[in-house]
Amino acid sequence: MKYIDEFQNPDLAGRLLDEIRATVTRPWALMEVCGGQTHSIIRHGIDQLLPPEIELIHGPGCPVCVTPLEMIDKALEIASRPGVIFCSFGDMLRVPGTGRDLFQVRGQGGDVRVVYSPLDALRIAEQNPDREVVFFGIGFETTAPPNAMTVHQARKRNIRNFSLLVSHVRVPPAIDAIMRSPECRVQGFLAAGHVCSVMGTAEYPELARRHQVPIVVTGFEPLDILEGVRRTVLQLERGEHTVENAYQRAVTAEGNPAAQAMLSDVFEVADRAWRGIGVIPDSGWRLSARYRDHDAEHRFSVEGIDTREPAECRSGEVLQGLLKPNECEAFGTTCTPRSPLGATMVSSEGACAAYYLYRRLDAGTPGQRPPASAPTASGTPSPVTASLEGSPLA
Amino acid sequence: MLAWTCPTPLRDHPRIVMGHGGGGALSAELIEGVFAPAYGGPALAHTADAAEIRIGGARLAFSTDSFVVRPLFFPGGSIGDLAVNGTVNDLAMSGARASHLSCGFILEEGVETDVVARVAQALGEAARAAGVQVVTGDTKVVEAGHGDGVYINTSGVGLIPDGVDLRPQRVVPGDVVIVSGPIGMHGVAIMSVREGLEFGVEITSDCAPLGGLVEAMLAVTRDLHVLRDPTRGGLAASLNEIAAASGTGVVLQERAVPVPEAVGNACAVLGLDPMYVANEGKLVAFVPRDHADAVLAAMRAHPMGAGAAVIGEAVETHPGMVVARTGLGGTRVVDMPLGEQLPRIC
Repeated sequence: MKYIDEFQNPDLAGRLLDEIRATVTRPWALMEVCGGQTHSIIRHGIDQLLPPEIELIHGPGCPVCVTPLEMIDKALEIASRPGVIFCSFGDMLRVPGTGRDLFQVRGQGGDVRVVYSPLDALRIAEQNPDREVVFFGIGFETTAPPNAMTVHQARKRNIRNFSLLVSHVRVPPAIDAIMRSPECRVQGFLAAGHVCSVMGTAEYPELARRHQVPIVVTGFEPLDILEGVRRTVLQLERGEHTVENAYQRAVTAEGNPAAQAMLSDVFEVADRAWRGIGVIPDSGWRLSARYRDHDAEHRFSVEGIDTREPAECRSGEVLQGLLKPNECEAFGTTCTPRSPLGATMVSSEGACAAYYLYRRLDAGTPGQRPPASAPTASGTPSPVTASLEGSPLA
Repeated sequence: MLAWTCPTPLRDHPRIVMGHGGGGALSAELIEGVFAPAYGGPALAHTADAAEIRIGGARLAFSTDSFVVRPLFFPGGSIGDLAVNGTVNDLAMSGARASHLSCGFILEEGVETDVVARVAQALGEAARAAGVQVVTGDTKVVEAGHGDGVYINTSGVGLIPDGVDLRPQRVVPGDVVIVSGPIGMHGVAIMSVREGLEFGVEITSDCAPLGGLVEAMLAVTRDLHVLRDPTRGGLAASLNEIAAASGTGVVLQERAVPVPEAVGNACAVLGLDPMYVANEGKLVAFVPRDHADAVLAAMRAHPMGAGAAVIGEAVETHPGMVVARTGLGGTRVVDMPLGEQLPRIC
């Protein structure tokens, strides 16, 4: 894909890795904030290619993981009600609330639909004027503007049977909360490029100054991530702590003013609960009073839901870099990819699942982080003369 | 800070969910936990693409498959094509050339007769193209609202040639893994029409019969070890099944796996992995190293295998696991999908 393949070039990646190796003189712990970056790191095996001095800590930037249990239970309650069409992005359907998930609500007769855009949900509302259509608006500064625009459109087009269940969160207050933890091990941040493409970089210099950490705005392709790591390590080695933009093809200092204006019109900043972290002041959005009639929480009066959090999973500490996956009592025993206790064990991209899989790959000692312990799967396969010749990718 | 407790998929399902039909771990659990104990016999016998039964001196491959695709017509095919090719290909994976099919229609009250006729026409044409006869059938009608227009079940039989023994248990370290062409096309084609998504170019399903390709491969050597038809769950599910059943590991060279640009783009937009996307006209083969070059050449000489590529090998290390060597030189584990792949939020 144009502008994608170029950022996956193995030769250029090799050069960046050489530069990183030449720069690093001591161990550093960096946090990639965004779940999309974590996905890319695992998908391309980037963590194993970095020098062992560099530890990547997977941050709390997965919108699915940080959506509080109470909000998921509200979604389940609303989706179960007769006459409701509940619309959501796909990966929220598998997230369990207290005792069930949206897939099961659908299995019990609830009308739960996967959509690819909030505007799809608005179209469904138009097509079903006798039904209540609710869209589950979760995520960071990236998914909030289109959700805000959809509510704005609903108001403009007088589509009254559409409402939004809002659980939006903001990245900078979370970085601040992580850095305020006395046990915090993070020494530098790869900031989430797509969040900054919306919000710009104005919120970050104060964080870098306050906590004395370099913050490098980073993209999602392998070369983007390696460049983010290179710049962060360079700052750390020099004792600097500034904000840099290593994702200039998508991010400007001012961000996207139109999206910000839409956010200001429809939402207002509010305290938000983060699963695993707790309530962080001013860390999220709710619909402003002017749009309250499109607020699903208000419309469906989902109060007094009995929410029960299981206690065994410690992936919150893993995500903050306070605990290595294999230091958790449940790791590999009561918690495995086949029967996970936490999101970090659910998919092969999760920190705990990666550790678990690499430990299975590695017959050696558990407990080392994947880059140090992951073997090369089998070395280079013995040559097959016909191997790649004529392959569409050769 | 509070203790972190975050999402987990609920595995103890009191009711069936869509993931039970996704061809991944949930499907396997349903077979192992419900069907196999009820039917008796070894669980593995219920998970193969086709069963082998002996009648007199003949070895017969026997398979069944149901088709519930929506929409009924999609770029590159229809439910009628799928109903033939799905079962024909399941039989082909045991080395058999399908000879006879049964065809059961479950129709929803209210569906246009013309639609049923078009599906039947497509099914007949696909059967003629695959060289298989539809010899028996059944029709049921369910009340409006209790079906999705047209559901089809086909079952089929075919003879397994002498000297052919295709089972994952025959895989040995050193076997070469070959895929017959570009992956992910059927799944993306269906998604594009089902969800109204456009990816710049029309992606058509690869729905096609593979009996002829398998014959061409067996003409080179009858000593192929295992073939699989990577439909639901995609290439990843098939390779994991083979790795688990054979007790060997699999190493893929990720850059060697042929992914059409449009499929790659669509998957990038949706946050899906092409390795998990369904195919309907592809096979993956584990071939003894000594025969790999000749088998690959024979595949490329056949229209159904023109895009064939070596993508990896079976190894002694990490038995039961599939590991991909990434384009950058790292490794990642390609795990068994749990249920259906879901588009990621970010």
